[in-house]
Amino acid sequence: MAEVLVVVEAGVKKVTLEMLTVARALGTPSAVVFGEADTAKLAEYGAEKIYVAAGADVEDYLVAPKATVVASLVKQVQPAAVLLGATQEGKEIAGRLAVKLDNGLLTDAVAVDADGTATQGIFAGSAVVKSKVTKGLPIITIRPNSTTPEAAPAAGTVEQLTVAVDDADKLTKVVERVAEKKGSRPELTEASIVVSGGRGVGSGDNFKLVEELADLLGGAVGASRAAVDSGFYPHQFQVGQTGKTVSPQLYVALGISGAIQHRAGMQTSKTIVAVNKDAEAPIFELADYGVVGDLFKVVPQAAEEIRKRK
Amino acid sequence: MNIVVLVKQVPDSGSSRELASDNTVDRASASNVINEMDEYAIEEALKIKEAHGGEVTVLTMGPAGATESIRKALSMGPDKAVHVTDDALHGSCAVATSKVLAAALGTLNADVIIAGAESTDGRVQVMPHMLAERLGIAALTGARKLTVEGNQLTAERQTDEGYEVVTAATPAVVSVWDTINEPRYPSFKGIMAAKKKPVQTLSLADLGISADEVGTAGATSQVLEFAKRPERSGGTKVTDEGDGGAQLVAYLTNEKFV
Ligand SMILES: Cc1cc2nc3c(=O)[nH]c(=O)nc-3n(C[C@H](O)[C@H](O)[C@H](O)COP(=O)(O)OP(=O)(O)OC[C@H]3O[C@@H](n4cnc5c(N)ncnc54)[C@H](O)[C@@H]3O)c2cc1C
Ligand SMILES: Nc1ncnc2c1ncn2[C@@H]1O[C@H](COP(=O)(O)O)[C@@H](O)[C@H]1O
Repeated sequence: MAEVLVVVEAGVKKVTLEMLTVARALGTPSAVVFGEADTAKLAEYGAEKIYVAAGADVEDYLVAPKATVVASLVKQVQPAAVLLGATQEGKEIAGRLAVKLDNGLLTDAVAVDADGTATQGIFAGSAVVKSKVTKGLPIITIRPNSTTPEAAPAAGTVEQLTVAVDDADKLTKVVERVAEKKGSRPELTEASIVVSGGRGVGSGDNFKLVEELADLLGGAVGASRAAVDSGFYPHQFQVGQTGKTVSPQLYVALGISGAIQHRAGMQTSKTIVAVNKDAEAPIFELADYGVVGDLFKVVPQAAEEIRKRK
Repeated sequence: MNIVVLVKQVPDSGSSRELASDNTVDRASASNVINEMDEYAIEEALKIKEAHGGEVTVLTMGPAGATESIRKALSMGPDKAVHVTDDALHGSCAVATSKVLAAALGTLNADVIIAGAESTDGRVQVMPHMLAERLGIAALTGARKLTVEGNQLTAERQTDEGYEVVTAATPAVVSVWDTINEPRYPSFKGIMAAKKKPVQTLSLADLGISADEVGTAGATSQVLEFAKRPERSGGTKVTDEGDGGAQLVAYLTNEKFV
């Protein structure tokens, strides 16, 4: 069976394990790693080979060298497909790769068939399409949380790559990488539970309520755009059309009205729960369970109740 | 500074959006607007011009009807526009679009090219890097802050974990998030002035690209099936009468989330 290249992002994200799982339907998964990665984990989830490209030439510049590494690997091993995470970096590498290889690409797939047909949600998840790359090999970015990773131990043979990048790949230098507050919470797009707050939360300080409930449920924190624009919570946690798309098992919306642009980022969640004091709020149209009430009463009580049950 | 802003016209996300019978985005029936993120790109371009001098050109590839969005963009303050339009472009994939935009950019000699980080219809987030790749120039993408000193650009690139500081010399492609600035509203004077600003139209022939490289003919991917997802319907709704939190947890426990 032909190899399927799975491009790994720093830290082996959950989407990486999902991709290794999806890749098995298309061929034999090989992971492509930049710098360091947990190779044991990659092997556990099915990476037969692990290609490692390391060094300043790939690690100190933005995206372009990584695309060059993947492109030369494609030419060398003639894989059946290339899978990348539907993350900012994954999409950027995919875009460059498609241009380099004059090849089609499909982004944000939630499923891939054995023949490379991808299923994608479009128009804010309100419709589903099946598409196929018709020129070249399937280059597909996979949306986090679209499959359950399944372990399937494989050899995980590490192969160091000799990195040969062009000068044009080294035009954008990464001078600094800064981590902002996050703590131990799961990554927003990968979390199986997301608790989001909206304008109704009222202030940045009050977001502690949202964080507390998220922590009790083991979930990530999200925010509506109104909450972000009001300065309650940082932009990287925004859910919606101009923020992240999440598809968790459980989405909890606190003080969020449910505007179409917010729905765009969360309506494919498995179960949706909402707390809103306005019984007519559109969020109730999609909530599996809704509480009409003041979140400042309902949320602390819920938190207390969960603590009791633990 | 010679600055080009990439502006895409998209179906309004607040309206209902459809695929046409040929499985391409139905741009005729939807009400169309400037891709929201591109308004931030325009604002950033105008700021650079105000600080460093130069000229701002709007570049759009889209159907004839996109002139509406081009005039709106110009009313914010850019000097002129280039509109690439050709019937053969209908249904172009991202790869082909990048070919066309790169060819148009080739005629514009920009120091800085500013795009939105993503479009609301495609949401593919690939165009800025595709263009940088084709033009062989730097890319600083996902910026929430941009500083220009001489020919050196420095951006704070927003990441899931926080941000990265990236630098490059011009010429470069920059893409911006809506955290970067607050776009200005067009003034009445701006709206009047926009009517007289030059808009150059380019066809595929002008760019030396043949019709079979783009559009549905040259598409590198194809939509096979399209289906509307069934609408979600509301479930149980309870009114808090002092035990709303407890009832919520009872539900969550029943669903095995607690
Ligand atoms: C192009 C475009 C892109 C956009 N992208 C996004 C996006 O990515 N994400 C996004 O979220 N939005 C986005 N929006 C904005 C969107 O249209 C809404 O304005 C936004 O989602 C509203 O946020 P909200 O629900 O928090 O605020 P509001 O609509 O103001 O709702 C607040 C809710 O809180 C409730 N409330 C108030 N106090 C309490 C209380 N004490 N207890 C319980 N409930 C309370 C109110 O009843 C109300 O329903 C976009 C808009 C446009 C035009
Ligand atoms: N047809 C187009 N015309 C002009 N600019 C475009 C076009 N398509 C994409 N862009 C630019 O590229 C950005 C990212 O788009 P996308 O890669 O489609 O998410 C947009 O915000 C625009 O600035």
